Amino acid sequence: MKAGSAAVQPVGDTGASSVSPAGSRPPGQGPRRDVDERAAWRQRLTMLDVKVTPYVFVSPFFLLFLVVGMFPLGYTAWVSVHEWGLLSGQGAFSGLDNYRRVLEDRYFWNALRNTISIFLLSSVPQVLIALALAGLLDTQLRARTLWRMSVLLPFVVAPAAVALIFGNLYGDRYGLANEVIQWIGLDPIRWHVDTLASHVAIASMVNWRWTGYNALILLAAMQAVPRDVYESASLDGAGRVRQFVSITVPMIRPTVIFVIITSTIGGLQIFAEPRLFDTQGLGGADRQYQTLTMYLWELGWRVRDLGMASAVAWLLFLIIIVFALLNLLLSRRAAGSTKKITTKGVRR
Amino acid sequence: MQTVRKTQKTRRVRLATSAILALTLATTAAACGGGGDDEGTTADGKIKLTVATFNEFGYEELIEEYNAMQDDVVVEQKKAGTANEHQDNLYTKLAAGSGLSDIEAVEVDWWSALMEESDAFVDLSDPEVEGRWLDWKNEAATTPDGALIGYGTDIGPEGICYRADLFEKAGLPTDRDKVAELFTDWDSYFEAGRQFVDKVPDTAWYDSSGGTAQAMINQVEYSFEDEDNTVIAAENPEVKEVFETITANAADGLSTGLTQWSEDWTASFQDNGFATMACPGWMLGVIEGNAAGVEGWDIANVFPGGGGNWGGSYLTVPAQGEHTEESKELAKWLTAPEQQIKAFQAKGTFPSQVDALDDPALTGSTNEFFNDAPTGEILADRAEAVPFIAHKGPKFADINTAFQQAIQRVDEGQESADEAWDSFLADIGRLG
Repeated sequence: MKAGSAAVQPVGDTGASSVSPAGSRPPGQGPRRDVDERAAWRQRLTMLDVKVTPYVFVSPFFLLFLVVGMFPLGYTAWVSVHEWGLLSGQGAFSGLDNYRRVLEDRYFWNALRNTISIFLLSSVPQVLIALALAGLLDTQLRARTLWRMSVLLPFVVAPAAVALIFGNLYGDRYGLANEVIQWIGLDPIRWHVDTLASHVAIASMVNWRWTGYNALILLAAMQAVPRDVYESASLDGAGRVRQFVSITVPMIRPTVIFVIITSTIGGLQIFAEPRLFDTQGLGGADRQYQTLTMYLWELGWRVRDLGMASAVAWLLFLIIIVFALLNLLLSRRAAGSTKKITTKGVRR
Repeated sequence: MQTVRKTQKTRRVRLATSAILALTLATTAAACGGGGDDEGTTADGKIKLTVATFNEFGYEELIEEYNAMQDDVVVEQKKAGTANEHQDNLYTKLAAGSGLSDIEAVEVDWWSALMEESDAFVDLSDPEVEGRWLDWKNEAATTPDGALIGYGTDIGPEGICYRADLFEKAGLPTDRDKVAELFTDWDSYFEAGRQFVDKVPDTAWYDSSGGTAQAMINQVEYSFEDEDNTVIAAENPEVKEVFETITANAADGLSTGLTQWSEDWTASFQDNGFATMACPGWMLGVIEGNAAGVEGWDIANVFPGGGGNWGGSYLTVPAQGEHTEESKELAKWLTAPEQQIKAFQAKGTFPSQVDALDDPALTGSTNEFFNDAPTGEILADRAEAVPFIAHKGPKFADINTAFQQAIQRVDEGQESADEAWDSFLADIGRLG
């Protein structure tokens, strides 16, 4: 089309120029330049099209992110350097005073300890179990789809419902868990009182919900591992476990890292499960299971100080970044070292 | 159902899929409807009003009655399990400026904190309701400029609820008049408790340290804050005394060591967990619900240390609502003496309305669950015995939470009584 119209047009143009008085335009020159310019313009448009269009197509995400991601982040920072009551609204500029008050509050450090403890108790077993579960689901099972669907089932249940069910399970005096424990002949565990027991109980809710989800992500990655690699490995005499450790895990490394990072981010922001673990919502009488997000909520909605709550939000943001980077580094190194051992056998 | 079972598998799957789809659509539509214009109207064009309450207000049948009376209004009740939950929701949506129900119930413990935000509520003053409530109930809801921001619902005059069957086991009198003679002051009440736990070691004397402490705090006119709302909790000897008495009692095994409203606390009603509890009128409905099937509950016309008022609520109309006029009408109707008497008969919420107090419908009412006790007469007596209404400033609810947590820490053995008191003082300082 383009070439055709460019070839046809000069004919019409010359016809027109013969009608127009000579000298008004340098004959021959004018139309030619016109065509050149037009083609150049077209080309520029095409270039622009090629270069810009992809960005236009992906821009909705970034625009949306700007509105719902960056703006709250910036606004929270703005709130955190002001005195700001929940109901009274914006007060005077106070600099870093809110941060100082948060860092001086013993409940902040208590919440940080609880958060890290619950995070470790949930994320570590979660990723390991998910990995093992995915490995099992990757085999030739009967009714595979049923099994795969069923590991995702807990994920469909709302966290609040999970908290209610587990709340009954972990009752200190009349809970099912303690009844079983006493039936075995052990002393009942005070799930809501003892710090570690409460963390284990909360971590189990989190794991119940997220393990299957992570397992499915890992399973998807595992299915992309070429089957002939396993064949050669079994010819070399590698058993199932050896194959899993030396082939499967290194081959799905990027996905493992993804799962670790996302569960780190999630693990440091646990809220619904501990919040609903008792009726007060402050993480127990001694705040023994108050996480950072619950602490943030307490400051914002019980103490009604949004300035301090925003300061906690920013501190939590920084803590998560540090942990995510640390995990990225560690898991890269760990996965890298196993890879080195196996590359000889696996690399083709 | 039967036809569904008979049809083929594929159809069932399709049915399930469409059901899920419909559910998703419904929830998204509901989520989107939040800011829309049709919020507050039903499909057939009626005005929809929501009433948010907590625990038991006894409004279920009243709302049905109101709906039957009205042609253009449909009322729906939203019930929160605990007052805390309800309070959190109220604050969040008050701060957000939207999302509140058309009528929100507010408990007296955090009433004065909300009085500071009186602009967020509709002025409900109306010549029709003048003189409807007890003076003190009405005064507490009136701002310095004379705006009335809440209609009183109930008050919480307290008696002692007890399990007659367990009393018999321990050799204590079971007749409610004889029991009343036993509990004239806190010392005699606790002394009877020590005798009781000696005889029946598996059962505690009262339901929770926190509840009993709350009842005692409610008898202190200026407990956590003085007249000018200066926080005095740390220095007040009466507060310290309550704390020491309660923690010492816990050491003697008088308390279940459970927190009120926890799952274990609810379960303990079914398991002979305790024999008595401080019992404001609205608690009768709670006990009846939690102890369903348990026989032996009764209520004695007495309260240690004279009388005490625990709780009681108001209905407010948030200014952010769309149908404030209709909401005011509904609140006016719900808090009228006739309606409050019905709520009392349903759930024991004792009227704060003057005309209800000597109404034979109230004074003559009995409660089957509590061994046919004349609850109307007993609670009316208890209301008269209340010498004053404890002052509760804007920080009362927050300090009370810290106080309750300190007691709980001792109950659970996380801290000694001295340590718990010190950390309570630190918590008060933190509230600022």
